[in-house]
Amino acid sequence: MYDGGKILAGIAVFLLVVLLPVWHNAFVASAPRPEVKIVTQEKQCVDSAAAMRATHMNVLDQWRDAVVRDGIRTTVTPTGMHVSMSLTKTCMSCHPNKKEFCDACHNYLAVSPTCWQCHVEPRPEPKESSS
Amino acid sequence: MNQGRRSFLKTAALGALGAAATHALPAAAEGAKAAGGRRWAMLIDTRKCLEKKGCMKCAEACHEAHNVPALPNPRHEVKWIWKEGFRQAFPDQEAEYFDETLTTSKVLVFCNHCDRPPCVRVCPTQATWRRSDGIVMMDWHRCIGCRYCVAACPYGSRSFNWVDPRPHIAQLTPDYPTRTRGVVEKCTFCDERVPEGRPPACVEACEAKALMFGDLADPASEIRGVLRTRFAVRRRPGLGTHPEIFYLV
Repeated sequence: MYDGGKILAGIAVFLLVVLLPVWHNAFVASAPRPEVKIVTQEKQCVDSAAAMRATHMNVLDQWRDAVVRDGIRTTVTPTGMHVSMSLTKTCMSCHPNKKEFCDACHNYLAVSPTCWQCHVEPRPEPKESSS
Repeated sequence: MNQGRRSFLKTAALGALGAAATHALPAAAEGAKAAGGRRWAMLIDTRKCLEKKGCMKCAEACHEAHNVPALPNPRHEVKWIWKEGFRQAFPDQEAEYFDETLTTSKVLVFCNHCDRPPCVRVCPTQATWRRSDGIVMMDWHRCIGCRYCVAACPYGSRSFNWVDPRPHIAQLTPDYPTRTRGVVEKCTFCDERVPEGRPPACVEACEAKALMFGDLADPASEIRGVLRTRFAVRRRPGLGTHPEIFYLV
């Protein structure tokens, strides 16, 4: 191999630069896993905690399609509850803390759902003053 | 050779007949379904409406309930329900020597929830469609903001969000979504209230009781009763859109 040393050094430098995020996470402290604060008034959610963690986005999509496209507004959940299929009326009435509940994980995973561009996030101020 | 052409024409005719049948059958089935279900419609008594000149309670109630923004630039205007001059609302209505208090006044206009809605025909994403109960519905999740529907609607019932509407909503109604920039919106016949048995927000807010909401599919309904006894007009019937907003003049 001609100029083997130069080539290998070049490859090493290339990998060092390209995989910089990997090195950063491997040797420097990685971002801590967020602590999701679950505030709720109900005993149980519309599904088990594990299922909600994994598939809440699919549940919301199904609810959205049922309400908007088919005009079906209520459902019976796998946990046997009769609920209105509404993000703001059902989900956020139990979990009104969007910042600690939704955003904590979404920011950590760098996902940016567009729900709140239109749907109105619950405002904590009036609830605190009333309680 | 001759035989070949003859059989070819026969096959082609049979094919055309089959194609026509497949087009006609779903349409017939849809008609049958509508007959068994509901058909929401609205009736506006223009005389009663004029009793309270300048009253915009219906529009205020609607726009508050549905988070419709009040934008300062008139070119960005978003509206679901508003008043239009009689001549503009009914350009093909010949009312030569008719009572001038009506023909020089403004009448209430909003989405006509047409039986044959041109906006639905042009929507490339099916973000707007006609429900079996007649409501021309919108799915803002699916709207890509192409504005074909705005161009297609002959009544100007649709508004496009040129700017972010959020900062221009005076009183946010938390249980109803706002829209986002780049989405078309219009009256949805209060699809969120109707299943709860409540009348649309505008009907509820009208102090003159000039608005009536009802089911055209039910021959015994109040709205059918009024339409049977009194003559009502619709906006631009010549276009063949079959509007379901009736005006008593």
